[in-house]
Amino acid sequence: MPEVPEGTRAVLDGNEINRALTRIAHEVLERTKGGQDVTLLGIPSRGVPLAERLARRIERVEDLDVPAGSLDITMYRDDLRLAPARALGKTEIPAGGLDDRVVVLVDDVLFSGRTVRAALDALGDLGRPRAVQLAVLVDRGHRELPIRADYVGKNLPTSLRESVTVQLEETDGLDAVLLGPSPSANGKEGTRPGSLQRPEDTEGDA
Amino acid sequence: MRHLLSAGDLSRDEATLILDTAGELAQVGDRSVKKLPTLRGRTVVNLFYEDSTRTRTSFELAAKRLSADVINFSAKGSSVSKGESLKDTALTLQAMGADGVVIRHSASGAPHRLANWVDGSVLNAGDGTHEHPTQALLDAFTMRERLGRLEGLRVAVVGDILHSRVARSNVLLLTTLGAHVTLVAPPTLMPVSVHTWPCEVSYDLDEVLPKSDVVMMLRVQAERMHDSFFPSVREYSRNYGLDGERLSRMPEEAIVMHPGPMVRGMEISAQVADSPRCTVTEQVANGVSLRMAVLYLLLGGS
Amino acid sequence: MPENQGPYLIRGARPLGDDPVDLLFENGEITAIGPDLRAPDGAEVVDATGLIALPGLVDLHTHLREPGREDAETVASGSRAAAMGGYTAVHAMANTDPVADTAGVVEQVWRLGEEAGYCDVRPVGAVTVGLAGERLSEIGAMADSAARVRVFSDDGICVSDALLMRRALEYVKAFDGVIAQHAQEPRLTEGAQMNEGCVSDRLGLPGWPAVAEEAIIARDCLLAQHVGSRLHVCHVSTKGSVDIIRWAKERGCDVTAEVTPHHLILTDDLVESYDPVYKVNPPLRTAEDVQALREGLADGTIDIVATDHAPHPVEAKETEWSTAAMGMIGLETALGVVHKTMVETGLLTWEQVADRMSAAPARIGRVGGHGRELAVGEPANIVLYDPAAPVDVDAAAMVGKSGNTPFRGMSLPGRIIATFLRGVPTVLEGKIK
Repeated sequence: MPEVPEGTRAVLDGNEINRALTRIAHEVLERTKGGQDVTLLGIPSRGVPLAERLARRIERVEDLDVPAGSLDITMYRDDLRLAPARALGKTEIPAGGLDDRVVVLVDDVLFSGRTVRAALDALGDLGRPRAVQLAVLVDRGHRELPIRADYVGKNLPTSLRESVTVQLEETDGLDAVLLGPSPSANGKEGTRPGSLQRPEDTEGDA
Repeated sequence: MRHLLSAGDLSRDEATLILDTAGELAQVGDRSVKKLPTLRGRTVVNLFYEDSTRTRTSFELAAKRLSADVINFSAKGSSVSKGESLKDTALTLQAMGADGVVIRHSASGAPHRLANWVDGSVLNAGDGTHEHPTQALLDAFTMRERLGRLEGLRVAVVGDILHSRVARSNVLLLTTLGAHVTLVAPPTLMPVSVHTWPCEVSYDLDEVLPKSDVVMMLRVQAERMHDSFFPSVREYSRNYGLDGERLSRMPEEAIVMHPGPMVRGMEISAQVADSPRCTVTEQVANGVSLRMAVLYLLLGGS
Repeated sequence: MPENQGPYLIRGARPLGDDPVDLLFENGEITAIGPDLRAPDGAEVVDATGLIALPGLVDLHTHLREPGREDAETVASGSRAAAMGGYTAVHAMANTDPVADTAGVVEQVWRLGEEAGYCDVRPVGAVTVGLAGERLSEIGAMADSAARVRVFSDDGICVSDALLMRRALEYVKAFDGVIAQHAQEPRLTEGAQMNEGCVSDRLGLPGWPAVAEEAIIARDCLLAQHVGSRLHVCHVSTKGSVDIIRWAKERGCDVTAEVTPHHLILTDDLVESYDPVYKVNPPLRTAEDVQALREGLADGTIDIVATDHAPHPVEAKETEWSTAAMGMIGLETALGVVHKTMVETGLLTWEQVADRMSAAPARIGRVGGHGRELAVGEPANIVLYDPAAPVDVDAAAMVGKSGNTPFRGMSLPGRIIATFLRGVPTVLEGKIK
């Protein structure tokens, strides 16, 4: 279990996360008229288990097989040159591909919007979805691009000096969303020393 | 990691990261758009002092799939053939703003020298009888794909070890990754200090075959015969060539590898070369993904 | 050419490291040695407190490159470098272009040395015509020339033909000459780039095995003894060679041997950088070889230190290892390296250093007026060395034309303060005149 730094507080616990995901599942079904053509793509690392959870919930509600996969956006990032080369996450496009599907991108935190921009670019190279939507567990504001989420677990007003950390059972051993002071004055990622590092504890959208 | 000069410079974590990255990038070849924007605006120079269409195209394709601008600079018909020194060529590439230089050279250590003279990353694409690190990486990648692991894998490398940059890089890399290497060759084709290398040594292929998960055959130049490294092609082939009969005595799952180009009838029979257990074409395909991974990890970051 | 400025009184120098005395030079000779000498009228007084006085050094193995490669070194520039290193006599190797295989070429080199005036330049004559290893050059004519050649060598190339070597050894007996052999079995070293061993195997560079040197030395020792001639072995580099020479001397062979400063300190793992400044022939060997060479020099098995000073222009070294030229410069750093490797380690006294670097090489080369005692009546060929003035070797600061020193960046424990050639300072206050 990761240490909770001083000054950090939980803004969502496990039950609240579950409820938020259940609500998003229902909203997806509603907005996509029964979810027939939906493909869920989680953005590594924590978007991936969230997409899987959403898929299971939709299946439970509608008895519908929703393809879920993952879409790594590292190679499409606009800040690659600000940090040593990063390790890649998994990209797994469900069989059947993306053409004419309604792709719902799933991520843990929506912040600047740059991750989503990269994801849209990546999608363009993989196929031609009929529509692309965005589901996030937390929207913390501070957008730097004209991007908004279609499904939001929780709107969380934050200051830039704060950090939002999503922890999930699958990756961290428990479910929680934590709000705390930013670990470094330099901001988000790109300040990890050394080279060839694997991304861990990414704060969602960077 | 700024340059890739020797397989021995890679830590286990770094080597694994390269293989993992290559695994992800392998998908790009199956997509409708076989291209990633990652190295857009970066320039990669292929500086080839030795003819090697295979390796040069592999690097070229890898760089282009990452959207890098690629310049091919071959020794023939260029300033090099007019007597320009490696240093002056390096300074020229430097002035052109090369972010990465992929160098193939007949002189061992030429990439090390080049690294002193350019600011960009230098990738060793084979230097003399020294090393060929991306070949070893793609070999390791192929073994992991086929056999699911590298730790504890028993790998026999057979042939002209003395003059082989592939053997040197493979011994270093495979040892780092936890595989057990056995070098097999007549004593004349072994380095004198081979007993100090982190591997086993055998002069008897038949003894090693049944105990090998991977048998990597190296090209043996027939001209070596004239320098008395072995008496005749026939005798070499009889003792160290891999034919169908020997293949049948390898464990069922074991694979046959070859860095190419193969000399059929010398170190490998046509029957073995065309067998599904021979991974030669896979190695070529994996080479592109692997070189994409290396280019990305060297040039993709700050 | 340095000019004579009259008498010199050296105050407080320590001859061969002994107690301080004063030395007076007049008209090219040492005219007085003793405490508190009175300075004659017009005498220059040099304060040599703390400095060691040695007889002017004699190098038996120098490449001055002229004629032919004046871009790397000339007789003038090389003899200035020699003076800077404390040398008062050097032997100019024969592998010039044209080769020093006729009386004409050796006289030219000798005359160029006289004109430069920084040290006595003794040409070495080629053993075979054009260093081709096929037939003897006109050894007798070179011996009889104004250059009075006594040392003959195909250095750079081995006289590998056993019969030719036998004839050469025999022929030079007529005028007390010596054959200086570059011991390298050619077939075993085809394409060789460095010492054969762990490092060469790892680096993928063709190896130069120790046996290629040792086999020739053994053969030549036996030949020299058989024909009763003098043999000198150039740049001994392996432990096995030291053993063979020790054995040959014990059985009465008239063999002498040299070791270079670089083989006393550098090892083949330096090649890991692929920096051709470490490329030399014979190649840098292992730490075990270095230790054996030091011990051999200490116990007299190896008679002398010779520099094998081999200047090369920048472009000959700023290249790939395999295309780079072999050789390193050494005149200006030789004494410092010997101090560091032999004196600081307690293997040699300063008196023994004077033997290994002055008296013995002068004897082997039959060089008159050099390598003499520091005594009244002897030629004033003297070097003053400060053993307590460490110097960081700077390739750019070399007096010679080329900067291919493998010691760059290394700290050496002392420096040359003054060199006198027959009473004339060629170096004074650490600067070339």
